[in-house]
Amino acid sequence: MLQELSDSPGYKIVRSWLTSKNKFPFSFQEQTWQHIINAGSGLVNAPTGCGKTYSVFLGALIGFINQHPQDYSTKKNNGLQLLWITPLRALAKDIGRAMEEVIGELGMNWQVGIRNGDTDVSERQRQKKQMPEVLIITPESLHLLLAQKGYAELFQSLRIIAVDEWHELLGSKRGVQVELALSRIVGSQESGEKRHSPFDSSGLTTHNSRLCIWGISATIGNLEEAKEVLLSPLKKESVIIKADVQKLIEVESVFPDEIEKYPWAGHLGIKLAHKVIPIILQSKTTLVFINTRGMSETWYHTLLNICPDLAGSMALHHGSVDMELRNWIEENLHTGKLKAVVCTASLDLGVDFRPVETVIQVGSPKGVARFLQRAGRSGHSPDAVSKIYFLPTHSLELMEVAALKSAIKENVIESREPKLLCYDVLIQYLNTLAISDGFIPGEIYQEVKATYAFRDLLKEEWEQILHLITEGGNALQQYNDFKKVEVIDGTFKINSRKVAMRHRIHIGTIVSDPMMKVKFITGGYVGVIEEYFISRLEPGDVFSLAGKNLEFVMIKDMTALVRKSSKKKSIVPSWAGGRMPLSANLGKKLRETLNQLATGNKQLTKELERLSPLLELQQQLSHLPKENELLIEHIETEDGYHLFVYPFEGRLVHEAMAAILAYRISRIRPITFSFAMNDYGFELLSDQPIPFDDTNAYELFSPDDLLNDIQRSVNSTEMAKRKFRDVAVIGGLIFQGMPGEKKKARHLQASASLLFNVFSEYDQGNLLLRQSYNEVLEQQMEETRLRNMLERIQESKIIISFPGQLTPFCFPIKVDSMREDLSSEKLEDRVKRMQIELGA
Amino acid sequence: MTLAVLSSVFYLCTPFEMQNPIPHIINNNTFWVSPERCLYWEQQNTIIIADMHLGKAGHFRKSGIPVPQDVNKADLQRLIALLLFFKADRVIIVGDFTHSAANKELELFKRWRSDFPLFRFDLVKGNHDILEDHWYFETDITVHKKELVIGDFCFRHETPSSNPLDDCAAASFVFSGHVHPGIRMSGQGRQTLKLPCFYFTKNHCILPAFSKFTGLYKVEPKEEDLVYAIAGTEIIKKP
Repeated sequence: MLQELSDSPGYKIVRSWLTSKNKFPFSFQEQTWQHIINAGSGLVNAPTGCGKTYSVFLGALIGFINQHPQDYSTKKNNGLQLLWITPLRALAKDIGRAMEEVIGELGMNWQVGIRNGDTDVSERQRQKKQMPEVLIITPESLHLLLAQKGYAELFQSLRIIAVDEWHELLGSKRGVQVELALSRIVGSQESGEKRHSPFDSSGLTTHNSRLCIWGISATIGNLEEAKEVLLSPLKKESVIIKADVQKLIEVESVFPDEIEKYPWAGHLGIKLAHKVIPIILQSKTTLVFINTRGMSETWYHTLLNICPDLAGSMALHHGSVDMELRNWIEENLHTGKLKAVVCTASLDLGVDFRPVETVIQVGSPKGVARFLQRAGRSGHSPDAVSKIYFLPTHSLELMEVAALKSAIKENVIESREPKLLCYDVLIQYLNTLAISDGFIPGEIYQEVKATYAFRDLLKEEWEQILHLITEGGNALQQYNDFKKVEVIDGTFKINSRKVAMRHRIHIGTIVSDPMMKVKFITGGYVGVIEEYFISRLEPGDVFSLAGKNLEFVMIKDMTALVRKSSKKKSIVPSWAGGRMPLSANLGKKLRETLNQLATGNKQLTKELERLSPLLELQQQLSHLPKENELLIEHIETEDGYHLFVYPFEGRLVHEAMAAILAYRISRIRPITFSFAMNDYGFELLSDQPIPFDDTNAYELFSPDDLLNDIQRSVNSTEMAKRKFRDVAVIGGLIFQGMPGEKKKARHLQASASLLFNVFSEYDQGNLLLRQSYNEVLEQQMEETRLRNMLERIQESKIIISFPGQLTPFCFPIKVDSMREDLSSEKLEDRVKRMQIELGA
Repeated sequence: MTLAVLSSVFYLCTPFEMQNPIPHIINNNTFWVSPERCLYWEQQNTIIIADMHLGKAGHFRKSGIPVPQDVNKADLQRLIALLLFFKADRVIIVGDFTHSAANKELELFKRWRSDFPLFRFDLVKGNHDILEDHWYFETDITVHKKELVIGDFCFRHETPSSNPLDDCAAASFVFSGHVHPGIRMSGQGRQTLKLPCFYFTKNHCILPAFSKFTGLYKVEPKEEDLVYAIAGTEIIKKP
């Protein structure tokens, strides 16, 4: 029997409470509630800041009131009702506070608990004794919960699982963690049901069918798939509910006074910094998004230099800034005390800061979705316009604004590709189940197969994993010391307390780059920084972090010790995060935009009009490619013979393509190359003429034999070795030591690269090794995209031109290739000279 | 019974291909540098190795880290093959023969040892050699606490690189291990590789770690030093 929302007592109570606060539910919220009270599941697609939390949370309350219309306000200790999974720890507190407020005002007796890395032991103990009705949790902590004895009991009363910011989790290994945890919760309710009523065949209280799963996601290109991934274990009908809240977005470019005809990346942004000051001063609060942490440090200093009045009311926020400071900044953003915050992707996520009126994006946002998300950070009242300024770091980027504008108009948004067959996460998960109550492979196999990530898992792969965690892979029976998961009466279990403890610490190690703490030698924490960066510093070098200039002293106990420096010059750390490639969608839009120009469209946006001198020069010296054309330039300079290719497919694809093309050309005639690339194109440089012409162009860009050519041309072993680090940590091959433990477990140290070599030589079929190579293909080379590009090229016209000098298109690539050998000052001088020589 | 085990463990492996070693002469003694990470001392008919770390894979596996066991087996097979190839009758180990506490992989060695009692084993103790005395007794390994001196030559585990002959009056040349030396070789297109190596100065030789389950410590040779880098089955002499 389906229940009508408007007739239900819960709805009436919640509705009158809303009315009393002069609020009215959005229709997407009501739709969600309607589905929830009838135990439906689905995905809510709504932007941040328009009540997406209420859509699911109030639905849970309404459902509860409907079930207990008489005593809903007095009933307490109901057990867990709503599990709220969120990717960010920082979000938990705010959401929890908002929920408590509602519960209080409705006069209900629900408790809201938070469970993450910051939750202290006594709170955990309390939760263990009596679960709160609402538990807000991160994916890692949810897995820790599954590592607790008797965890299945906790979920028996559970009615709703909400996964917030699902678009962020989808496409990462944490998303796979969520999938696995959900499969277990669904499974444990089903088997719990069987246990509790073994003779009840009437199916009266099938409360497993009452469990709902709700994802909450911003708009992405593959919403339908996102829903399928999340709800896969339920095997039930489900819906997508779209919030019909169309935010108006206004994009305005910050134009340089003069368009450089020979643009190069990086320097222009800073030159335009003075144009940012009036924008900041005019609006209440401004977020300035910078793509890399390194550049954000530079920007922060520059803005302060130009406008010292901003000192004290401007802050710097990025992933390496100390957590406490970041919290402080966020707090002050809420209260509107800060005038401006220079930030990176670190502020992409999370609750909204109402005082933010304006957003400035510096440099290419690399994707439509990211640009929209950042724009959406401003203008929060329901019908306010989100205003975003785009500040190019080189003049060609103005083309991207034009592309972005058209993408926004047509609602072309990137997809998030879900991760598949992450053996490392599966191994970690099975060990997790083995330390709590143990697992029976037959049952868990069915559950794992029911997830989207592992639906194509082969039985033999499953057997191989079981073999790995019980026997340690192939072993000499008599001489095998391996000890981890033991099989007792068919149940797979870890009995050693030491192993269990070690594993608990490992959950939550699904991390990005290895980071190192930075502390003052006199004490005091500054932030964290990539190990890779620190490893290249000599004592005495000065670098900049969290807006401070610091002198590197030494490394001690995995911490970089520094002291304050008064030196003005500093090295700005280059963080790996800046290497995000241009998305496929934006690349396509860029090609379309160029097409408009090449075909002589008169209705140009302001950006393209401003760019026309540069584009005319490109046309005059070489060619302006249409949508169905691939432009290739042969240019001879004193450096040698250059071949420039412009597929507009993003840096990673270009990097792989450059290597493949070089390999294929070298098969015609032995020849060596050096490469350079950016998001628009790539360069091959050689000291002899490059045998590339009309006769072999299509053949050299053929998609045939691509995989083999990748393996022969790119050093995929080296790349896989780097990927293996992550895989090995998650899969439990590398033990990172107990927190606070000075001496790491004795005699158990081995680096990821050593393990990689040992596995490559002695256990080639190992799943984790295979996974590393797959990750290289999928992520590092974007193989699918590479193949699509080659197929597109086969269909298009390859235009080969022979410009007599460098062109506007190739100039930024050329400058980038010089960057590695020159200091930034020398580079600037040399670029200036080149620009003059070229007559720009 | 024993033989059956042996054949399955040691002889059904891939055939062992031995590359030609390179002679290195010190004080009229010839030391053959083998790409299998050992020295063969012709005059004494002895093999010298360092840092075998026997049982390391087992130690990891005992803690639930599934390192392939074959790495341990292969190290042992290599040692045996080398003994047979050079027809040597003695092994000198300059420390870290075993990795940690006793485990089953060491049992395997013990078993093999009882089948080949004729080789003489000398171990200069290293920081990893922490087994009880009776283990060395049962495996018939002569243990030297600090050093072993034969003629002009001294064998130790660790040495100060500034003065390797420190308080070793009886000898004029030292062999040691412990460091796991590796050297960076650069190839085309900014590619570099770190390779295990033998590191010779005028009165000192640091051997590469024998086990393949060991990391490398990068050494920076001085001009007058000599390095033999091991690139797969080949030896590259530098300079």
